[in-house]
Amino acid sequence: MNTTEGPPVQQPDTFEFTPVNVERARAHIAKYPPGREASAVLPLLDLAQRQMGGWVPRAAMDYVAGLLGVAPIRVYEVATFYTMFNLRPVGRYLLQVCTTTPCWLRGSDAVVAACEKKLGIGIGGKTEDGLFSMIEVECLGACVNAPVLQVNDDFYEDLDGPSTEALIDALRAGSPPPPGSVIGRHGSAPVGGKTTLTEVPATAADARGSDDAR
Amino acid sequence: MLADRDRVFTNLYGDHDWRLAGAQRRGDWEGTREVILKGRDWIVNEVKESGLRGRGGAGFPTGLKWSFMPKESDRPCYLVVNADESEPGTCKDRDILRNEPHKLLEGCVLAGAGMGCTAVYIYIRGEFYNEAQHLQTAIEESYAAGLIGKNACGSGYDVEVYLHRGAGAYICGEETALLESLEGKKGMPRLKPPFPAAVGLYGCPSTVNNVETIATAPAILKRGAAWFASIGRPRNTGTKIFCISGHVEQPCNVEEAMSIPLRELIERHAGGVRGGWDNLLSVIPGGSSTPCLPASTCDNVLMDFDSLVAEKSGLGTAAVIVMDKSTDIVRAIARLSQFYKHESCGQCTPCREGAGWVWRVMERMVAGNASVAEIDMLYEVTKEIEGHTICALADGAMWPVQGLIRHFRPEMERRIQEYRAAASRKAAE
Repeated sequence: MNTTEGPPVQQPDTFEFTPVNVERARAHIAKYPPGREASAVLPLLDLAQRQMGGWVPRAAMDYVAGLLGVAPIRVYEVATFYTMFNLRPVGRYLLQVCTTTPCWLRGSDAVVAACEKKLGIGIGGKTEDGLFSMIEVECLGACVNAPVLQVNDDFYEDLDGPSTEALIDALRAGSPPPPGSVIGRHGSAPVGGKTTLTEVPATAADARGSDDAR
Repeated sequence: MLADRDRVFTNLYGDHDWRLAGAQRRGDWEGTREVILKGRDWIVNEVKESGLRGRGGAGFPTGLKWSFMPKESDRPCYLVVNADESEPGTCKDRDILRNEPHKLLEGCVLAGAGMGCTAVYIYIRGEFYNEAQHLQTAIEESYAAGLIGKNACGSGYDVEVYLHRGAGAYICGEETALLESLEGKKGMPRLKPPFPAAVGLYGCPSTVNNVETIATAPAILKRGAAWFASIGRPRNTGTKIFCISGHVEQPCNVEEAMSIPLRELIERHAGGVRGGWDNLLSVIPGGSSTPCLPASTCDNVLMDFDSLVAEKSGLGTAAVIVMDKSTDIVRAIARLSQFYKHESCGQCTPCREGAGWVWRVMERMVAGNASVAEIDMLYEVTKEIEGHTICALADGAMWPVQGLIRHFRPEMERRIQEYRAAASRKAAE
C-alpha cells in the first residue's frame, strides 16, 4: 500500500531500532562489501516496518538513511518505489488479495466480495477497530493454488467466498489457521492425487544416474 | 511420460524433508567436491553440451552465458540468482525455494565454481517470506556443514552465499533492475551494453540466472550432459517445471520432459480442461507476457521454445494459463494490461505512458465502447511501443494484446457492434 493519498498521517517525531533490531541490521549490512552498505536499504526498511507494526514512518526512513550513510532522499525514493512498504498505518491483519488474471480466472472476485461483505470496507480500506486493512495486489506467484490471499506474511490458497469468510472469522477470533491451501491440498500437487513422483522416493543412486539405476 | 528417476526435483511437492538431512538422502550435496575439482572449463562445457536454456523466460543458452564471465579478474565476480518470481501464472521457483532449497544452494556452488564467482546473492521476492525462511535455514545448515563458505565441500573453492529479500516490484525480475535493487536503489533497468558479465553488481562481472536454471545444474553435472540432452528435442532439451493454472480440473506444478504436447500436459497432469477439451477457448502458454494461443493451435502444439515461437508465442516461464469458453477473454487480457501498467517502472516514456494508454483502451474494448478502427490503432500503437524501451517489460505488456487481436478480433468486433446496437436502441427510446 504504497500511497500518499488519503488523510494526513500522524508521523512520530523520532525512530530508532530496538537493540535486537540493531543486531539484525548489522547482520544484514555485513552481507555486502565494504562501501556498499546502501544495499541493505530494503532489509532495513523491512525491519523498521515490522518494528512499527506494519508501516514505515518518515522518521524511520531518516534513521535508516543515517545508519547507511546515504542521503534521506535515497531512502524515500526506495520506500515509495516498492509496493510492500506501507507509508501509512495498516490494520493488524493486512489482507492482500491477488486479482491478477490467474487468480481472477479461479474466482478472486468472490474473495474480494467476501472480504468486503465481512469487513464492510472496500479495497484500500481499513476497519475502524484497526484489525483489518484490505488491498489489491498483483500476482503473488502461487497461481496453481489460486485464488490466493496473503495475510501479513502468510499465503492462504485455493480460496472461495465461504472459505474467505471463515478465514476472516478465524483471524478476528485471534486464531489464524495454518497458512497454505484451505482445502487441505498438499503444496502445488494436483488436488486429485499426484500424477508424478509416485515411485519410491529417489535415492542418491538415482541422482548419480548410474547405469544400474537407469 | 518422463520417468520419476529422470526428474530433477524429487521433492517438488514437499512430501519429504527439505532440510539438509533429507536433501542428502535424495542425493543432494553428493559428489559436489568431485564436480568442482573437474574445473571451470569442464563445468561450463558440460552445461553447454546439455543444451540447458535459461528457465526464467528468455531461454538464453546457460553454458554460453556462463562462458561470458572473465577468465581472470582482479575484481570480485558474482553469481546473482533471480528468485524474484512474479510473472503472472508462474509459481515454480516457489516450490524449489521451499521444498528443494539445497538443490538451489548446491547449484550456486557448482555454477559459482564454473564461473569463478567469489559470492552468490539470491534475490527473492519479498512476498515469499516463508520461502525465504526455508532458504535462510538451508544456507545456515550448509555453512555449518562446510558445504558453502571457505573451502566449500572440501574442494578448496571459497564462496559466500547471501539471501536478499526484495520488497514488491515485478520489474526487479529484469536482470539489471534486479542488480540496481540489490545495490539499494529503485529497480530501474540499466542500458545494455555493457552487459552484466562485464559490468554487473557493484560494477563487477556478474551473471544473473533463474532459480530453476541453477537448481537444475547439479543434476546435469552429476548425471552428465548426455542424459539431459536425451530428454526433449534438439535445442529444447531437458526437463522443465510447468505451472498449469486457470480453468483446469486440477491446477498443479509438474516437472515434465521439454517438448511435451500441450494437450498431453493438461490432460495427464491437470485433469484436463474444465468441461472437456472441446470447452477450451485459449491458452497462455508461458506466463502473462506470452501471446495467447487459440484452441485450434492447442491441439498439437509442443511445449518448447521453438514450437511456441513458430506459433508467434513463447515458452517463457512455462506457466500455462488455461481459459475455457466461459472466459471473458478480452477482460482476461485487459487485466494483464492493468498489471503491466502497475508494474512499469516509469523510466522509459513509451512504457510509462503507453502501458496506461493501452490499459485504458483495453478497458473500453471490454465494454465494446470503441470503434473497429481503434482495434487497428491499438495494434499499431503496441507495435510502436514494442522494442523502443530499455527493457523487455514493455514488450511483454504489448504481446498479450497483440495475441488477443490476432486470434480474437471477431470477439472484439462483436462487442463493439453490440455496444453500438444497445446505444442506438437507447437513443431511440
